[in-house]
Amino acid sequence: MIARQLSVFLENEAGHFLELSRCLGRAGVNISALSLAETAEYGIARMIVSDAAEGEAALREAGYPVKITDVLRVEMPDEPGALSSALAKLAAGGINVSYIYGYSSGGTAYLIMRVGDPRKAASLL
Amino acid sequence: MIWNEPKECMSQDEMRHLQNIRLKSTARRVFHNVPFYRKKMQELGIEPDDIKDIGDIGKLPFTTKQDLRDNYPFGLAAMPRSEFVRVHASSGTTGKPTSIPHSRKDLDMFAECVARALCCAGATRNDVVQVSYGYGLFTGGLGLHDGATRLGATVIPASGGNTRNQLTLLQDFGSTVLACTPSYALYISEALADAGIDASKLPLRIGVFGAEPWSAEMRAKIEDGLQIQAFDIYGLSEVMGPGMSNSCEAKDGLHIAEDHFYPEILDPDTLKPLPDGEMGELVFTHLTKEAMPLLRYRTRDLSSLSRGGCVCGRTNVRMSKVKGRSDDMLIIRGVNVFPSQIESVLLEIPEAKPHYMIVVDREGALDTLEVQVEIDERHFSDEMAQIGALRGRIKHALDSALRVGTKVTLVEHRTIQRSEGKAKRVIDRRKI
Repeated sequence: MIARQLSVFLENEAGHFLELSRCLGRAGVNISALSLAETAEYGIARMIVSDAAEGEAALREAGYPVKITDVLRVEMPDEPGALSSALAKLAAGGINVSYIYGYSSGGTAYLIMRVGDPRKAASLL
Repeated sequence: MIWNEPKECMSQDEMRHLQNIRLKSTARRVFHNVPFYRKKMQELGIEPDDIKDIGDIGKLPFTTKQDLRDNYPFGLAAMPRSEFVRVHASSGTTGKPTSIPHSRKDLDMFAECVARALCCAGATRNDVVQVSYGYGLFTGGLGLHDGATRLGATVIPASGGNTRNQLTLLQDFGSTVLACTPSYALYISEALADAGIDASKLPLRIGVFGAEPWSAEMRAKIEDGLQIQAFDIYGLSEVMGPGMSNSCEAKDGLHIAEDHFYPEILDPDTLKPLPDGEMGELVFTHLTKEAMPLLRYRTRDLSSLSRGGCVCGRTNVRMSKVKGRSDDMLIIRGVNVFPSQIESVLLEIPEAKPHYMIVVDREGALDTLEVQVEIDERHFSDEMAQIGALRGRIKHALDSALRVGTKVTLVEHRTIQRSEGKAKRVIDRRKI
């Protein structure tokens, strides 16, 4: 299925992500998935939240520029070969994956995939 | 419309004749009334009678900002204090301030020049002029105020700052002309967008911006953001203030009120005159100023002159948009770099915002040039590869335009301080 991901550009400095998470906390927006990509100077915080519209509004109110992207939220059995089988379907359909983050729990793996065409990718899976 | 057609459209011969008379009178007055100039002229072995026409201007001594500081507050005045009706001063960011007294006639001339400038930009008595320059010792606020009043326009003395209120005034009073620094104009245009106000729905139609160098690309960005025609107004408080020259509809240089200020372009190193069209330091001599006439005041602004008719009908000599200040010029590893060059490059990259800070430092024996840039929100990407590629593109564009290696740092949105007056763009940490 398709989820709306919020991304924010942050300088790689102590306290910057803390400020952002406080902002969402105050607005009552829960983060359900998170990835922080970093370079020495800056990074990008990518988040799936309980309410994307509310999260975006709260961040914008606080002065953060927010990028909204449609990403693929995939659930699969937490077992060897499950990921490669999903990736093979995407590759066969000519879908490139830019990045993935996720975790597994209770026998199920949950992944967020950034792909070029999320709708086509969802139908392939 | 042309405010003062007899003076602004005078033939070159007539103008020269007027300048000859006025220069002779100025040389005589400063020789007799200002000990500083008498001493300087005597050291050069000249007397007022040696100045026969404008061609003799090269015989006269120069005046620098340091001379104004050394004679602070009124040592260069050519009139007693009781004749001053107002005193302006420029900030003393690099030492003692400078003060500039004006007689009643001087303020009359100031208002006349600003009225000419506003007309040159297309304003009329039917306009509503929002003056968002700071009011006070700085000449921007009161200068535009008096000039717009002289024009007969409706003046909104907003002064600088309190941006939310500026937006309210633009909407409620239907301002049609905005006068402020270009960096503040850009800030106002962003604030309008943030507030969800459609600039094209406002009556605002003309911008008269000055007091700091700005590029042609910056002009385009402001014109687009505010949906207006933007014009240059030039001046410096030591000589008068804004209105010494202004760009017209041709947007090809600024017409100088040369019946009041005689311009020269000199090589900043040799101080020899340069031919029309060549870039050098702009030097002004007062032709009519009473309270504190200055001879050959070195502005440090880099420009060039061009003569001949203009499509607007004015004949007054034109100066090119100021390229930069000779003392703003940074020398990085032996290469001359102007902040305005960096601005031009950034404005050509849609993903970068024209808000930037230049940090110069020295690592070991090597100068480093760091340019901090904000990414435009609309072009921000969630993919690291895209952001990295953008940084690479900015660096490549800067490196090739400046011919010196730069370090590009991407910073968070709105972390670079917005200016409500003159923008500060350079931090030089080198200890030399």
